[in-house]
Amino acid sequence: MAAQRQMASTRETFGRTLLELADEHPEIVVLGGDLNVSVFTHLWRDQYPDRFFDFGPAEQNMVGVGAGMAASGKTPFVSTFAVFGVGRPFDQLRVLVAQPRLNVKLVCTHAGILTGEDGMSAHGIEDLALACSLPGFTVVCPADAVEAAHAVRTAAKTEGPFYVRLSRANTPIVHNGDYEFKLGEAEVIRAGTDVSIIATGVMVSVGLEAAELLEQGSVSARVVNIHTLSPIDEASILAAARETGAIVTAEEHLAHGGLGSIVAQVVGRSNPVPMETVALSGYSESGRADELMVKAGLTPEAVRDAAMRALKRKGA
Amino acid sequence: MTTRDTAGNGSGAGATPGHDAESLALLARELRRDVIQAIYTAGSGHPGGSLSELDILVSLYFREMRHDPANPQWPDRDRLILSKGHASPGLYAVLAKAGYIPHDELETFRKLNSRLQGHAHPMVPGVEMNSGSLGMGLSFALGCALAARMDNRDSLVYAILGDGECDEGEVWEAAMSASHHKATNLIAFVDRNRIQNDRHTDEVMTLEPLADKWRAFGWRVFETSGHDYAELLDTIGSAKQDRIQPTVIIAHTVKGKGVSFMEDNPGFHGRAPNQEEFEAAMKELA
Repeated sequence: MAAQRQMASTRETFGRTLLELADEHPEIVVLGGDLNVSVFTHLWRDQYPDRFFDFGPAEQNMVGVGAGMAASGKTPFVSTFAVFGVGRPFDQLRVLVAQPRLNVKLVCTHAGILTGEDGMSAHGIEDLALACSLPGFTVVCPADAVEAAHAVRTAAKTEGPFYVRLSRANTPIVHNGDYEFKLGEAEVIRAGTDVSIIATGVMVSVGLEAAELLEQGSVSARVVNIHTLSPIDEASILAAARETGAIVTAEEHLAHGGLGSIVAQVVGRSNPVPMETVALSGYSESGRADELMVKAGLTPEAVRDAAMRALKRKGA
Repeated sequence: MTTRDTAGNGSGAGATPGHDAESLALLARELRRDVIQAIYTAGSGHPGGSLSELDILVSLYFREMRHDPANPQWPDRDRLILSKGHASPGLYAVLAKAGYIPHDELETFRKLNSRLQGHAHPMVPGVEMNSGSLGMGLSFALGCALAARMDNRDSLVYAILGDGECDEGEVWEAAMSASHHKATNLIAFVDRNRIQNDRHTDEVMTLEPLADKWRAFGWRVFETSGHDYAELLDTIGSAKQDRIQPTVIIAHTVKGKGVSFMEDNPGFHGRAPNQEEFEAAMKELA
């Protein structure tokens, strides 16, 4: 249960992982937009001032500068909040990064409704749809801090446009220290045969809790962690469809264009099975992160109920 | 920095500091024909801004820039970022003449399976940046300039912006941050041809006092004719000296320069000449 799981900050993990990469990757440069303490790039700023540039809250320029640096052989990590890093400079990401396939690493924290009290304008709930819409962008949404560290390391080593989605709130740890992260390969984090919960980000831990609830009703639920949304691991999704015959997707993101849409496209094309989606249906509001998750229906109970609906349709 | 070696590291034809004002003007006349020919063959394109920027490009590629067409990725090259990417025919004509691409390739401009996209893309040797959305080039150029500085290269980074493009907010984000980060190796041009897509710039959006705006953002400002080679080369020469802040050269140009009926005519911002106009233009440029 989440209450028993250890909690950790994905954004602090990001900042600390960057420091570990500094010597191994002298080409890394960090670009910030006046939110460096919040995104934990102030650690880098203080330690490597010659490899750090602040641009203030001017994200179009920040992404453009990052593209110019990437075209000059640098590996720029551009970091701010998801609403400011993806939506605001979307055209710069499109024209200057995606189309010429430049090696820009966009790492955004404060994604989703876990951002809480700042309210709907601060909740980046469209970012995965936007990032996944850009051809050639690798898009990773880590399930916890362990995976966040892997994602940041992998971004540094992988040539090309890369987006990593992180949270403001501390989130449950679902991986051991010896976890092996494989970019583009989904992780079956819990085996199961009756239904598959295909989740991303914080909803992986929620999905694991839902699986425990389902087990109490003698339903065996597989939980698949889709950390990489683009390129999508079609084989793991199709295996879930084929082997369990029913799917629930779970994401802390808008229903349109996110994980549910991607999974629906994959199974719809190759192996249609009953499918339910647990996601945000619209904008949220100010409130504590845990309150917002309950109000939006992003809970273990909601995922369990969705799984039961999918199971019922499967049996029909 | 003033003792920079301006020769390329290879035998490329582009880096030839021997051109004088007169020979550059002759060369530009030839390239204006290439621009008109390419746009006429394509059936679409942007002649006005391609002709207004051309003398700046010619000054840079055939006199002022350190580059090597045989080695487009030479790390120590000076870079030219064409921010007003719709004026790609001007750049393509220059790159073809310098030897980056075959001259025949100009015929493929805007056509299926060509590298010569409507708006310049770095799939073309010598093109540094993807373009088409206005306002982005100064940011990109700043990124190149800061990277060069980090690597202790004495490369200069040039950018060409349209004047209408200066309506874009990102230009001023970039301007503010370039002076903040002391990008002394960045030299921007504003192709001040006074016409943007719809109408004259004064009618669409007031830009003046443009020089004061740049000064207020921490830039050193030069103003020059964008067509008189003696003045233009002299100004670029001055811009390369005594750099303690980023530099902008406001180049006063004529939209459609060189073709009488295209000059100062908003109708030729983004339209190809018809056959009659094409023949008249080529006759004027002969």
